[in-house]
Amino acid sequence: METRIQVVAIVASVGLLLLILELVRQRRLLERYALLWLFSALIMVGLAVWQGGLETIARTIGVSYPPNALFLVAFGFVLVLLLHFSIAVSRLADQSKVLAQRVALLEERQHSAQMSGPAPLTVPKDPARAGRDS
Amino acid sequence: MTPHNPYVAVVPAYNEAETIVGVVHALREHTPTYDVLVVDDGSTDDTCSMAAAAGARVLRLPFNLGIGGAVQAGFIYALDNGYERMVQVDGDGQHMPEEIELLARTMDESPEVDIVCGSRFLTDKGYPAPISRRTGIHIFAFLLSRIVGQRVSDPTSGFRLYNRRGIALFARDYPHDYPEVEAVLMLHFHRLRMREVPVRMLERGGGQSSIRSGKPAYYMVKVLLAILVGLGRRRPVVEPGDAAPVTAGHGL
Repeated sequence: METRIQVVAIVASVGLLLLILELVRQRRLLERYALLWLFSALIMVGLAVWQGGLETIARTIGVSYPPNALFLVAFGFVLVLLLHFSIAVSRLADQSKVLAQRVALLEERQHSAQMSGPAPLTVPKDPARAGRDS
Repeated sequence: MTPHNPYVAVVPAYNEAETIVGVVHALREHTPTYDVLVVDDGSTDDTCSMAAAAGARVLRLPFNLGIGGAVQAGFIYALDNGYERMVQVDGDGQHMPEEIELLARTMDESPEVDIVCGSRFLTDKGYPAPISRRTGIHIFAFLLSRIVGQRVSDPTSGFRLYNRRGIALFARDYPHDYPEVEAVLMLHFHRLRMREVPVRMLERGGGQSSIRSGKPAYYMVKVLLAILVGLGRRRPVVEPGDAAPVTAGHGL
């Protein structure tokens, strides 16, 4: 690999690492989501610095052009991160479902406590509506 | 808690303002021992106020959860308020409230049955549905019957009566998007007993089906995936004392 591309790779991956650390420091990124990012950034830094390592990996997995091995590894991390986020989104969807149900149950309980008996409810004003789901 | 009837009829409704009043009135007329609970699944029309004015209790979800989340809210309500039975009736006027009695009689006669399910395909009267939809239903029916070792003729029917065990199971966990088929599988894994009785179903009175037009292929794939994944899930429901299904720490 040329020296120039190596310098670019080192600068980019160190920059990414610092950015992640800064986001965690500012509490804009939770540690639990940052771990995977930190891990992949560290690996990228390592591969950028240790040139022989990249060539060894490329030879081992049968990639003739070492920089392509770097892209392959990076792409693998991107896939894993995306999957990680899909899991996080699924969890959030589950949690918001439970919250929505609880809110509705509490509202109903409050109403029936106010009314004596199952008389018709007075309906509260519309809250902001989210769009229909997928 | 206000005093209430021993049973509850849960009506999930999403933008069913045209039909909901008729459904609520019919339920109150034909099934006086049932409280009527309409679960308004984030409707943008006045389903909620119409249902309340017609004399139903209303659970108003703050946004649209889909049929699974809406019905599960009904299960939780039934569980929290100690109802002995819950019947699920669609808000579009497709199910006939006078036939709840049929479901209830089956449960009275065989107390070991936990869920009684109204099936369109056990009578000769015919069900007015396009051939594509019927084919899809029959494919699910065939697969499910093999898996659960019992004939299931109408696994997509949403006209179902549950006892306390059924209510408790589904209050804890109910599938998200197209829940009926997967729910049959859950019953099987939890060794709850299901029985079908023939009912008639009408054409939809208005509104839109939860299987919206143009989505049958998506529906098929999704439900088939749910069946497949459900098979690999030995214990789909969290028992008391297990780790919570949704925890803060889980990632990859």
